[in-house]
Amino acid sequence: MLDKLLMNYELAFAVILFGVGLCTLLFHRNMIKKIIGLNIMDTGLYLLLASMGYVEGAKAPIIEDLTNIGEVADYINPVPSALVLTGIVVSVSVTAISLSLAVRLFKKYHSLDLDEIYAIARRQEKEVF
Amino acid sequence: MKNSAFAGFLRWLDGDPEILLGAEEMTEQPDVPRDSQKQRIHHLEHVLKDHPLPVPRAFSRRNVRIFYAVVSVVCCLVIISCLLLAVSDLPRFGVEHAEVEEVTEKYVLDGLEETGAVNIVSGIILDYRAFDTLGESFVLFCALNCVLILLRTDSREEEHDISYYSLSGDDVLRKSIMFTLPLVLVFGVYVLLNGHLSPGGGFSGGAVMGGGLILLSTGYGGEVTGRFITERRFKTVCFIALSFYCLSKSYVFFTGANGLETGISLGTPGAILSSGLILPLNIAVGMVVTCTMYGIYRMFKKGSF
Amino acid sequence: MDFVRNFPLFSVALCLMSAVLCSVLGAKPAKWLTLSVQAVNCCLSASVAAFCLCTGESYLYPMGFIGAPWGNELRGGVLEGLIGSSAALVLCMSVLGGVRFIKRDILPAKQNLYFLLINLVGAAVTSLIYTNDVFTGYVFLEILTLSSCGILMIRDIGRTTLAATRYLILNLMGSGLFLLGLILSYDITGHLLMQSMAGSFDLLEQSGEHAIVASVAVGLICVGLGIKSGLYPFHFWMQDTYGSATPSSAAVLSGVVSKGYIFLLIKIMCRVIGIGSPLLEGARFILLVLGILGIVMGSVGAMRQSSVNRMIALSSAAQIGYIYVGIGLGTELSLAAAILQLIAHMLTKPLLFLAAARLTEVSSGSPVFKALQGSGRRDPFAGAMFSAGAFSMMGIPAFAGFSAKLYFCVAAVEYQDLAARWAVLLALAVSTVLNTYYFIRTAIRIWSPIGPAAEKPPRHELAFVAASTVLVALNLVIGLWSGQISRVISAGIEMLS
Repeated sequence: MLDKLLMNYELAFAVILFGVGLCTLLFHRNMIKKIIGLNIMDTGLYLLLASMGYVEGAKAPIIEDLTNIGEVADYINPVPSALVLTGIVVSVSVTAISLSLAVRLFKKYHSLDLDEIYAIARRQEKEVF
Repeated sequence: MKNSAFAGFLRWLDGDPEILLGAEEMTEQPDVPRDSQKQRIHHLEHVLKDHPLPVPRAFSRRNVRIFYAVVSVVCCLVIISCLLLAVSDLPRFGVEHAEVEEVTEKYVLDGLEETGAVNIVSGIILDYRAFDTLGESFVLFCALNCVLILLRTDSREEEHDISYYSLSGDDVLRKSIMFTLPLVLVFGVYVLLNGHLSPGGGFSGGAVMGGGLILLSTGYGGEVTGRFITERRFKTVCFIALSFYCLSKSYVFFTGANGLETGISLGTPGAILSSGLILPLNIAVGMVVTCTMYGIYRMFKKGSF
Repeated sequence: MDFVRNFPLFSVALCLMSAVLCSVLGAKPAKWLTLSVQAVNCCLSASVAAFCLCTGESYLYPMGFIGAPWGNELRGGVLEGLIGSSAALVLCMSVLGGVRFIKRDILPAKQNLYFLLINLVGAAVTSLIYTNDVFTGYVFLEILTLSSCGILMIRDIGRTTLAATRYLILNLMGSGLFLLGLILSYDITGHLLMQSMAGSFDLLEQSGEHAIVASVAVGLICVGLGIKSGLYPFHFWMQDTYGSATPSSAAVLSGVVSKGYIFLLIKIMCRVIGIGSPLLEGARFILLVLGILGIVMGSVGAMRQSSVNRMIALSSAAQIGYIYVGIGLGTELSLAAAILQLIAHMLTKPLLFLAAARLTEVSSGSPVFKALQGSGRRDPFAGAMFSAGAFSMMGIPAFAGFSAKLYFCVAAVEYQDLAARWAVLLALAVSTVLNTYYFIRTAIRIWSPIGPAAEKPPRHELAFVAASTVLVALNLVIGLWSGQISRVISAGIEMLS
């Protein structure tokens, strides 16, 4: 198994990057760090996806000579590139929304630490002002 | 066990309507004005620093935190090891594998003829798999509106102008923007218009142009960009671009599925005015992306356009 | 080609266009546009269901000049039409019934954005239901996540923002895992269209290649969608989210959004992997266990709540547990029961949330049980509607909840594995007792004569009356004609694979 893993080390790195992102997302209590974790996670995913389409020695999927397209094996697989493009746009949107949620949270609770915010919110509910 | 649910149930069987008596009751957060609420939170934080509240139950916050940490570590380890296991079983990296052949063959060999796009990826995202891309631009639209909801401040509320670390007015920045801005914008337009011929397209071109606008408003403040990007124009551009995109694509889907002629000519492959709808769609997507990038930046910066 | 076949495309395009229009309209026209578009959407989906029922087969609809395996496709069928139409109807009724609360909770300048997001929710759910392409599924899943987060956080109080943050983070984690599952299965199958992917999965199963990747991918897809729809250990966001959102949003989130995810999961399971496939056995077992745990823990949790919003929210965890039990058993009967439960829950939860909001309003704005004492007498219509919803949740005959539970019992009794059969039956019994306990308790409290007198008589509002009457009527229709409906559902499930 390990030799196979080493043969696919490019993909393994992408997966580890995903894991790093997931850990960051789970372990940190700071909202901004959580968002960074989310972004790392997404980047790992897109790296994995993009490297799946890669073919050693092949060209980018743009036809240079219009009269002679050539063979399929001359080009890398264009589908993952198209999917990554979609994915990146989604991750930009997600980052924008989560950052603005962080701004709103900071305005309301003057903290970015989610545990602290929960404590404050719980207390606000308990204590009748 | 006087307050337990079971005891409550027994009392309820006895006909006591007040079965929740003695149980912990939640009180709603009262509607206090924002400023006073803020002060109270501040006050509360100070109080809590000196006198932390007693832990209400045996299962304390600390225990919860440790439990959470252990569970997260286990989850992460399980997921990463599963993924590594999967990677060791995946097809070799960098080797063309036969599974994808059936689909890619068509895209590469017939793509030029069927979509008219020299850039095969453009052909895929705006023709073969155009429904995904339609969804994708609506993801951006949705994000823009969510940011508007969260950060838009009306004139009545306080403005969160973060000018104390603003860069506008910096001479070095201003002079360099004078040089780079035209280049950035022209490059953005180039990428946008050549999406079907070379790497690029609506998303990348739009991002470059949005970056240019953000640069301008960073160096010169919102007043300069505000002169030509008013809220009204912003909304109009977004509206026109998105509705053009949605309607034209629906038309193409409809005609395609029903086997009708679209009446859109594909032109000569390789020419700038070719590949049917792909060029106008790229322009529409580019407009949406530019507006979204700039709009999100302005919302973070100032809370208004 | 019959014109009806175009209807799925029309309903998606209609929702998207009206979302764009809402961005430039004022609040009032946006509201009417949204309501009418969702009503039309409901009719379109209903006619798709009727069409497929008459012809007896489902159909594929290429999005563009070319279909599988190259271009995006939609797929129309009985189940898609049925669930699509009920989702659109529930969306419409949730907004209609909660219009006054929308006005109360949301800044006037941002109200049109609320309707915009509702339209996006409609478009996303419709596409998720009809799609025949897993990646399209992912894109619209993200739209659904973001727009549902938007309708949650549009209420500008701290608690809602906090709930939205938690909701967003969990959901994004779920969609990350889902996307990872999709990527892995794309790499080994080379396809994104459901039926082509299914063909490749069959070939892989026969040759025994990439078995590990396939099972990891299946697991990731199940976990991702499970997290997003609030399966048991991931249900903890529900009480905060549903408890603090504006009532319409709570109704939409519990009634429509989570059902979109679940239906996508059912579709992927049936159409891509095959519900009987050995690849799914492990995942199905886990879903079954988590579903049973969800039923029990959700009911216990709901019983311990002290405010009505949170009680209804947590009982959602139990109801979603039922659906997952149906998926986990994996027989045709249990899937039919799951779909019936999905529809029943879709119709009941919004009713409960809307009625509870009105009862809260006449009890000086507090959702705590003590304050609700006698609120049914202050607002009899809302009290009656709440009781009707509670009856359906408990499983009183003639309501939809009863027939769903009945079909679950039948499916469990006919299941071969003894341990699973008794576990499911026991969970059903326990949860029914607990449901009855806490809903009856609430109903008694609402109708008991003690309590503060009404400060002001409740405002009679046509919108709420209409919305809740429609929901109750449909609930009764499903409860009374459950035989016919379950036949339709079984026909749909047969078409699905």
